[in-house]
Amino acid sequence: MEGTAGPYDASVRIVMKRLGATLNDPPDWSCCGSTPAHAVDHAFAAALAARNLSIVEKMSCATLTTPCPSCLSAFKKAQRRMAKNKVFAGEVNSLLDAPYNCTVTAKSTLQVIYEDIGLDEVASAVTTEIPDLKVAPYYGCILNRPPEVAGFDDPENPVSMDRVLEAVGVKVVDFAFKVECCGAAFGVPKKETVTYLTAKVLEMALDAGANCIAVACPLCQQNLDLRQAQVNAATGGTFNIPVLYFSQIMGLAYGYSPEELGIDKCIVSADSLIRSRKPMDAPVEGQEAPKKKAAQGE
Amino acid sequence: MRVGVFICHCGNNIAGTVDVARVAEETRKIPGVVYSTDYMYTCSEPGQDEIKEAIRREGLNRVVVAACSPRMHELTFRRTVEKAGLNRYFFEMANIREHVSWVGENKEANTNKAIEAVRMAVMKVMQDKALYSSSFKVNKRVLVIGGGVAGMQAALDCADGGLETVIVEKSPSVGGMMARLDKTFPTIDCSICILGPKMVDVAQHELITLHAYSEIEDIKGYVGNFQVKVRKKATYVDWSKCTGCGECMEKCPGKNAYDHFNFGVAPTRAINIPFPQAIPKKAKIDPKFCRQFLKGKCGVCAKVCPTKAINYEMQDEIVTEEVGAIVVASGYGLIDQDLLPEYGGGRYPDVITGIQYERILNASGPTSGHIERPSDHTEPKTIVFVSCAGSRDKSVGIPYCSNFCCMYIAKQAILTKDHVPDSQSYVFYMDIRSPGKGYDEFTRRAQEEYGARYVRGRVSRIFPKGKKMIVRGADTLLGTQVEIEADLVVLATAVTASPGAAQLAEKLHISYDTNGFYVESHPKLRPVETNTAGVYLAGAAQGPKDIPASVSQGSAAAAKALSLLSKDMLESDPAIARVNTNACVGCMKCVKTCPFQAIKEEVLRSGKTVAQVIETVCAGCGVCTATCPCGAIQLQHFTDNQLLAEVNALCQM
Repeated sequence: MEGTAGPYDASVRIVMKRLGATLNDPPDWSCCGSTPAHAVDHAFAAALAARNLSIVEKMSCATLTTPCPSCLSAFKKAQRRMAKNKVFAGEVNSLLDAPYNCTVTAKSTLQVIYEDIGLDEVASAVTTEIPDLKVAPYYGCILNRPPEVAGFDDPENPVSMDRVLEAVGVKVVDFAFKVECCGAAFGVPKKETVTYLTAKVLEMALDAGANCIAVACPLCQQNLDLRQAQVNAATGGTFNIPVLYFSQIMGLAYGYSPEELGIDKCIVSADSLIRSRKPMDAPVEGQEAPKKKAAQGE
Repeated sequence: MRVGVFICHCGNNIAGTVDVARVAEETRKIPGVVYSTDYMYTCSEPGQDEIKEAIRREGLNRVVVAACSPRMHELTFRRTVEKAGLNRYFFEMANIREHVSWVGENKEANTNKAIEAVRMAVMKVMQDKALYSSSFKVNKRVLVIGGGVAGMQAALDCADGGLETVIVEKSPSVGGMMARLDKTFPTIDCSICILGPKMVDVAQHELITLHAYSEIEDIKGYVGNFQVKVRKKATYVDWSKCTGCGECMEKCPGKNAYDHFNFGVAPTRAINIPFPQAIPKKAKIDPKFCRQFLKGKCGVCAKVCPTKAINYEMQDEIVTEEVGAIVVASGYGLIDQDLLPEYGGGRYPDVITGIQYERILNASGPTSGHIERPSDHTEPKTIVFVSCAGSRDKSVGIPYCSNFCCMYIAKQAILTKDHVPDSQSYVFYMDIRSPGKGYDEFTRRAQEEYGARYVRGRVSRIFPKGKKMIVRGADTLLGTQVEIEADLVVLATAVTASPGAAQLAEKLHISYDTNGFYVESHPKLRPVETNTAGVYLAGAAQGPKDIPASVSQGSAAAAKALSLLSKDMLESDPAIARVNTNACVGCMKCVKTCPFQAIKEEVLRSGKTVAQVIETVCAGCGVCTATCPCGAIQLQHFTDNQLLAEVNALCQM
């Protein structure tokens, strides 16, 4: 999060602070293992995840939240297997310095905002409206799946991000590819897979009438934003659609600057869209029109 | 006491893992046993003859057979001993097959267990008392629950056999699902054309009483004498006056009522007659959509009705019917599209269900038989059928096959080509299941003559793109992913138990399986009986079924009811609870715990209040005997002494 997904990290911290939630960083946290670890060895992968869970357990925190669905998946899978299978738990704990007792619940940041903080709270903090923004909410393939592991929202037609974005006053389009795969880590070994799959997601977002895609996963953001030029090169397309983290959009609605939220770091510029934002309590009719015009002129 | 014991080999079923000869030998040592032998098949005719012969030769007065479960052959052997002159309750069965040989592999342990089981049975049989059944009169009327094709067939057969028959139908008309279908497979004959005459017969038969728009409120009683309370739901139209002219429906301003008959393909009026051939053809008001009920003013129907049949004050009415047998033909339901979010979960207007498409195809349906997309009323050219939408899918909790979808999809593909000759149908399937007579030829015809393209694989997602619906799925024969741009998608949604099936089962005291379908008495040999005497099953209430199977089962259930009610008197089971009035303190705890309301208060001539068991109602469950604080109620044939004799036999070994 501190590296390639810096803007996600920054925006989540800002938004959570605004919503009154205290985030405690686990000291000495380490990599969750991600895809490479579980592809090699399940016990090893679980141990990498459980090491972090065990640190959180020692902090006497009941909930671990991560904005990244891949980390989340690693934590939830480790938790589930260790709680269900004592032999497996023993095997994992033997790899750890301190055993993990399965008392921590891992939740995505989106879930914490949607379920624990609640939409009323989310809506009450809004100070700014962004009238030009029409968002396609893109959840990615593992945030809500598999359902028995994720245990959050609908695996085929999730709605939590839709509701959160609507609560901060943003227009959300009906998007059919909410949970389509972006190609994930195939960007490295087989770029064509990612360009092919990403192109479909981008195209569907445009077809649905969106001018921006909201994501909840650093890898989705990377594939859709960073590789958009590669998609254009490979498919002859002319995609130019900004891809923002849902937390960045929330931050904008709460009146933070694009720089604070890391929106200036996007490859596909979102400037033209977010220029339309204005404070909620100054809805002066005369000023709205020229602003909009300027935005469209960009 | 002279007890004879017969150990059955049951071929290798028992003898394979139990040393039956040793069981017979050990049994001979039990005091009271004067004869013990083993036999290949005791239930066979020579086997039974052997028992009768031994009773005569050895002067036996008690018999034990160690064989299979008493559920299989207890009645067989009771009859055998009765024929040889013993009371039929001087017989016990030791279950050494289901309880012993089938569940254990260790022959030594099995043999010991079998010996113990036989010893228990011997001790019990020596305590058994002679019991005599009494007989009671039967009510020669039949209740049929559900007026679909299975229920109507059962009712017509019963009535033709001379029995007065009552049909209780939940919806305003008989006809059920079949009345909604356009054509039927594999002959493509018009569904309502063949069903209509049956519906008319039901209406006109002298011996059939029809309670439409009614539900079962409560059922009391027992085989031969059921008392059924029927709730006649308020229609707000006096059906004795309504002529079915349809004037009210035409003028009704409540134009957005949900059309249950058409599964919501198009709205109907708040006052409506479900379909032109409805039996009875009477109007009813849906208060959820009626302005008179919602806003308190309107009254248009009351004004236009030529016979003044409208009554906004109408209340539900309870009528009681007394019958001797009940046929349950309550039909099936369909899975809610909400459970299929990957197919849109009902969000997309051009993704519809098979039964909705059936109404679109139907000449008397909302589109008058013209195939139209619900979204923009254009004629679709590419139609995709998705079979197993929910069926055979454990993730939505439906592990079973819905039985008739493969066939109706083939039919709908054929009809689509007939209606729109330049159309192309695609069918996504897992397996084509068409085992009926003429069925496989039919599905082949859909492919070969009507050009329906069958794609073997499941659909993973359906999503809109412009005006088209994109159907993405796997073609497992080509090993590739396919995407079809469809104008209309038809889901063969899974068949489920009918809504309210569980509550009805509880009223009937019959059982249902994990999927909500009613359980037959034996899956092969008693397919229409239930475990409650006098209650029979017909149609899809027992499991998904097509029309021929439903009709067959309707007739079969009628045959069972007819044979039951061909007798004037039925014999009661004497193995019921009996109160020892000397010991009874009149606390009446048993009255509260009896699940069958079979116990009542009685005042003796001495003035003492005691409990009394109503013989014909008691089912012999034994709850009262466990409740009674002073042991005053004893279940005959399972008295404390008899059961303790078994326990002692087990503990003394």
